[in-house]
Amino acid sequence: MSEHIGLRGRAWFQALTGNNRPASGDPGTILATEAQIGEEIALFLCVVPNPSSRFPCVRDGQVGLEEAFTLAHHLRRVIAEDREKPKAKKRPVIAIVDVKSQAYGRREETAGIFFAAAASSDAYASARMAGHPVISLVAGQAFSGGFLTHGYQANRILSFNDPGIVIHAMHKEAAARITRRSVAELEELGHEIAPMSYDVRDYAKLGLLYKLLHVEDPNHPTTADIDAVRHELIDAIQDVRSGETDLSNRLQSDAAKQTRKAGIAVRAALEAQWQNA
Amino acid sequence: MNQTNIIPEFVSRQSFIELDARRRAQSLFDEGTWKELVGPFDRMESPWLPLQGIAPQFDDGCIVIKGKIGGMPAVAIALEGAFQGGSIGEVSGAKMTAALDLATKDSEAGKRTAAILLLETGGVRLQEANLGLAAVAEVISSVLALRPHAPVITLIAGTVGCFGGMSLAAGVSSYVVMTREARLGLNGPEVIEQESGIDEFDSSDRALIWAIHGGEQRVGMELADALVEDDAEKIRATIRGYVQADLRPEYRSQQVELYRDRIAALDASEQIDPMSLRQRWNNKTTGGLR
Repeated sequence: MSEHIGLRGRAWFQALTGNNRPASGDPGTILATEAQIGEEIALFLCVVPNPSSRFPCVRDGQVGLEEAFTLAHHLRRVIAEDREKPKAKKRPVIAIVDVKSQAYGRREETAGIFFAAAASSDAYASARMAGHPVISLVAGQAFSGGFLTHGYQANRILSFNDPGIVIHAMHKEAAARITRRSVAELEELGHEIAPMSYDVRDYAKLGLLYKLLHVEDPNHPTTADIDAVRHELIDAIQDVRSGETDLSNRLQSDAAKQTRKAGIAVRAALEAQWQNA
Repeated sequence: MNQTNIIPEFVSRQSFIELDARRRAQSLFDEGTWKELVGPFDRMESPWLPLQGIAPQFDDGCIVIKGKIGGMPAVAIALEGAFQGGSIGEVSGAKMTAALDLATKDSEAGKRTAAILLLETGGVRLQEANLGLAAVAEVISSVLALRPHAPVITLIAGTVGCFGGMSLAAGVSSYVVMTREARLGLNGPEVIEQESGIDEFDSSDRALIWAIHGGEQRVGMELADALVEDDAEKIRATIRGYVQADLRPEYRSQQVELYRDRIAALDASEQIDPMSLRQRWNNKTTGGLR
C-alpha cells in the first residue's frame, strides 16, 4: 500500500480552503471548514490520518467511529441552518476523498461502526436530497466502507486522472486472496472486466464519474491546477442545481448505458411488472 | 410422556431460518396476495460471473416479492445467503434499488408501500467489485428516499448475518429485526483478524463474536429494534406490526448528536466490554429509540 494515504487529501483541502487544521472540538482525523467557491460559501470535508488518534485502527487514514459521526455532525448542522433557504442558496458540500478503508477494529465493531457509517451516509444523502449540491473530489484512494461513509452519496464524483487514484471495494492483496488469484492475475483481469479494475480510467467506464481531471502533480497542487479544479467544482455545482437530487445520473451517461446495461434492464423489467403485481 | 407434551410450542413451530430466501419472503405476506417480480424465469443473471468461470443464477440471489402485509402494500427484497454468500452484484443491487424506488413512487402518490429487506450477506460481490460497491451506495440512497414515506424494515434472521456495505443499509433502515442466530456488523471477524491481526480479533473465539455482533447484543444496545425467536409465525407478526406502524419524525441514524456524545464518552485505551456498553447505551431516557 502507498505510504502517502491522506497526504493528497490534506494538500487539496489546504489548497482549496487555505486551512488544514481540525476545527475546535473535532478529532484530529477530520478537516472541516467553510470556504469560498465561486460566488458562494461551501462546506469542505476531508478525512486525514492522525498517528496519535485514540482509536488505533484509524491512525493510517481509515474511517472510524469518530470520523463518521463528526462528518455527520457538520453535515447535519449545515442542513439545519439552510433548511428554510431556497435550493439555489443552500450551501454546497465538497468532500475531498483520500481514504484507505473503514477501520478494521474490535473497538469499532463493538461500538457499531456499521451504524456510524450509516449515520454519515444518511447525512450526506440527506444533504443531497435537501438540495445541497454534494460533490466528491477523489484526490487519492477511495476504498470500500471508507468511501461509503465519506463521499459515495455525492450528486457528482470528480477524480484526478492519475495512477495514484484507486477507487475500489477492496484492496488488491485481500481481493486476490479471497477470489483465489495472484495480484498479477487480478491486475490482468481488471483490463478485461472493468468493475474489477484498480485503474481509474477503467472506473470511468462504469459511468459513475462526472469527470476525470488532469493535474500536474496531485501531491503538490500548483496555482494553475488549483484554479482549474476550482473551476470544475463550480461547474459540477451548477450542473447539480439544474438536475435531480437522487443518484439517477449514475445510470444516464453513455458509459453507464454500455457497462451497466444489465442493471438498467433489471430496472426496466421490474418497473414493467410492478404495476400488475 | 412424549416430547411434544413437554415443549409443544418448540416442536410445532415453523423455523424461519431453515427456509430459503424465497420462502422467507413469501412467508411474510398475507395469503394469496403476493407475486414475485423479475423471478428466475426472467433469467436476469449476472453478466460478470460467467466471464470469471462462475455459474450465475437466474435470480442473481435476490428475490423481490410484492403483495400485502396486514392488508397494506409491501415489497420484500431477500438476499439468498446460499448463492455467492448473499453478495451484492450489479443485478441483485439493481433489483433492490428498483424495488425501493418503485415503493417510493407509489408511496409519494398516496399508496404507502413498506419495504422489508431480508439481509443475509457478506457485502459486495468481489467479482463485480466496483459495481457492487456502487450498488450499495444506491441501495442506501433509495432506502433513505423511501423512509420518510413508508417503513423500511431490515430483517436479519441468520445464519449468514449482515456484513460489509449492506450493514449500512440496515443502519439507515426505519427498523431492524434480528434473531439470536443473526449477526450484524461492518467487518466480519475473519476480515479484522486478516487486516489488523489476531491480537485485535481472534476469529476463532465464538463467544466474542456473538457478544459483539449477535442479535441479542445489537438489540440490547439499541442498534436494532426487536429480538425475535426463530419462528416464522412470530417473525411474520413482528414484521406486520412495523409495516403498520406510524411514521416517525426522526429515525436512529439521524440521531447524530446522541451517538457522537456516546462515542466521545468511550474509553478507547483498551478494548470495549460489550456487556457494559449494552448497559450504558440501553437507556430510554437519553432518547434511544425503543
